Amino acid sequence: MNNYSVEAIGLNKTFGRRLIFNGINFRMDKNGIFGISGPNGSGKSTLVKIIAGLLSPSKGKIIHKNSNDEIIPEKLHNHIGFASPYLVLYEEFTAWENLDIFSEIRGINFNKDKAKDLLNRFLLYKRRNDLVKTYSSGMKQRMKFIFALMHNPELLIFDEPTSNLDEEGKKSVYNIITDVSKQIIVIIASNEKTDLDLCNEILDLKQFKDF
Amino acid sequence: MVWKIFLFILLAFVSIAGIAFPIVENPQAWYQFPNIPGLEQNARIIFFHVPTAWLTVLAFFMSTVFSFKYLKRKDLDDDLKAYASAQLGMTFCILATVTGAVWAKFAWGSFWSWDPRQTSIFALLLIYGALFALRSSIEGEEKRATLSAVYSIIAFVTVPFFIFVMPRIMKGLHPGSAEDSSAGPVVNFQMNSSMLLIFFLSLIAFTILYFWIWRISYKSLIIKENINKQLIRG
Amino acid sequence: MLTKAIALFKKDFHSELRTRYAINSLAMFIIVAISVIMFAIGQERISEGLTGGLFWVVIFFTAMSGLSRAFVSEEERGTSLTLQLVAAPSTVFTGKLIFNIILVFCMNTIIALLYAALFESFVINNFGLFLLSFVFGNIGLAISSTIIAAIIAKAGAKGTLYPVLSFPILLPLILSSVQLTLFAIDGTSIETAKFELAIVVSYDVIMLTVSYLLFDFIWKD
Repeated sequence: MNNYSVEAIGLNKTFGRRLIFNGINFRMDKNGIFGISGPNGSGKSTLVKIIAGLLSPSKGKIIHKNSNDEIIPEKLHNHIGFASPYLVLYEEFTAWENLDIFSEIRGINFNKDKAKDLLNRFLLYKRRNDLVKTYSSGMKQRMKFIFALMHNPELLIFDEPTSNLDEEGKKSVYNIITDVSKQIIVIIASNEKTDLDLCNEILDLKQFKDF
Repeated sequence: MVWKIFLFILLAFVSIAGIAFPIVENPQAWYQFPNIPGLEQNARIIFFHVPTAWLTVLAFFMSTVFSFKYLKRKDLDDDLKAYASAQLGMTFCILATVTGAVWAKFAWGSFWSWDPRQTSIFALLLIYGALFALRSSIEGEEKRATLSAVYSIIAFVTVPFFIFVMPRIMKGLHPGSAEDSSAGPVVNFQMNSSMLLIFFLSLIAFTILYFWIWRISYKSLIIKENINKQLIRG
Repeated sequence: MLTKAIALFKKDFHSELRTRYAINSLAMFIIVAISVIMFAIGQERISEGLTGGLFWVVIFFTAMSGLSRAFVSEEERGTSLTLQLVAAPSTVFTGKLIFNIILVFCMNTIIALLYAALFESFVINNFGLFLLSFVFGNIGLAISSTIIAAIIAKAGAKGTLYPVLSFPILLPLILSSVQLTLFAIDGTSIETAKFELAIVVSYDVIMLTVSYLLFDFIWKD
């Protein structure tokens, strides 16, 4: 059973002196899919980066808890799976090597069976020994899902999950998202209607624009 | 307003006294300075050169303090305060370097001779220069504030090394340095009370001047930022 | 934490073997710098004091040409976000530091050997002292250039800014190291050089502490 929870208290982010959003509060403690929507430039990516601990908010706090123990920022990265178009993998290595390297840097054993399984599910197994730089953008995007899922995270964050994907790729991604959302919390930031249709709950960033 | 007039009078007095008070062999009256062998009339620079050097260090220190504050509180105003102080520090650093070099031409025979203090002030000049080069190369305000704060703290940590390293590696010529036998440590021994009085008055006046300019300059920077913000939002 | 940092170092090492970016430019730089000095000297025999200084000139500029790579390559390719997702800041810094320390040791050993072979006046009389100052000097050089490289990478300005920012920070280290190298050439005893050695060691310790304290701020946008 997953006892993970994410709570945002009064999140506010300004870049320099420009306000991105203000006064965001939410709490996620049930497994399921949680959507973040909003027009371009409304701060969707900024918000998911803050949730993932990649950016710090200007005001407010984000609290990750695992069975009521608060997770310290230095350890947060091992609880989170993150995939987005702006994430870049090491292109001078093959897909297989990438997964191996990331497991080692995380300090966990490289689970070959899991890697095989995920590569199969995302239709990349045949290309596993090719350098990532030879991949098409859709293949790279699918590879990022494998990167996000490899270490059995308790929270999955997808920023624009279906960009660069064809119909077939989208279908496999949707299948996996609905699959994992039975066990863990999934956050999707997107404008695609089909992405947002998966969500149990949607947070619209338009309403957090004023002081 | 009152203290501005006070500062004006103080600076005027220090300037006149520092330049005009006569240097005599045996000072009797309160306005007479003693003759320091090897320095003579050159000694007068102490009233102007030493305060600028002191402000260079003070401004750097204040800049580091506010850099530290910025990293703690992430308030962009702290960054502007640090920046304003660094700008002033750079100005005083140039003044101290130039006045020192001109004085050195007459006292030591050459403008520059890599005396430990000259090397130290040169290092400070490099640090200030590097800080401004770094600032001007970064676009985003927050990134600029963070990176320059980090850099000025790293640079500040190296300053004590100059104090310990330089005198060992180079021979000192500067009045007050350990190897200086001819003029002796000026501040401690050969200044009489009237000279000391003017010297410390000068230090105080310059310090007030620094805080005053610093306040004006960071306030104007903050106002400028606010106008920019209104332009962006409006 | 160290095993994770070593894993990161191994990644950089393999990546370097495949792209050979830093190694190639460092090797070429060493050759160019030393040959420029040789041409400038011509037939003249230069003093021991000057070789000691020139030794560190070459080391400084070679370091400036290659050591920023550790962070700039991550930032250029956009993989620093990925690294943030797999490792804590301290792990990243340790990994990059190990990489740079090894790079500095390799490059400085080559420079020292070339100097010994090419310059008649570069004769070390107190080898123990030279080794001590070489080791601690290299570590200090690696620490400072790694943290400045992190700043440069985030500043988005490569090339020219790196030596500008590094020089004032490295100045105390370089001055003491030049002095120690002169002592080693003169054959001064370690006892006499204690003060300079202490400065270099304390420089290493202080820079290491400050770097770890401040790296979090640099690394997180």
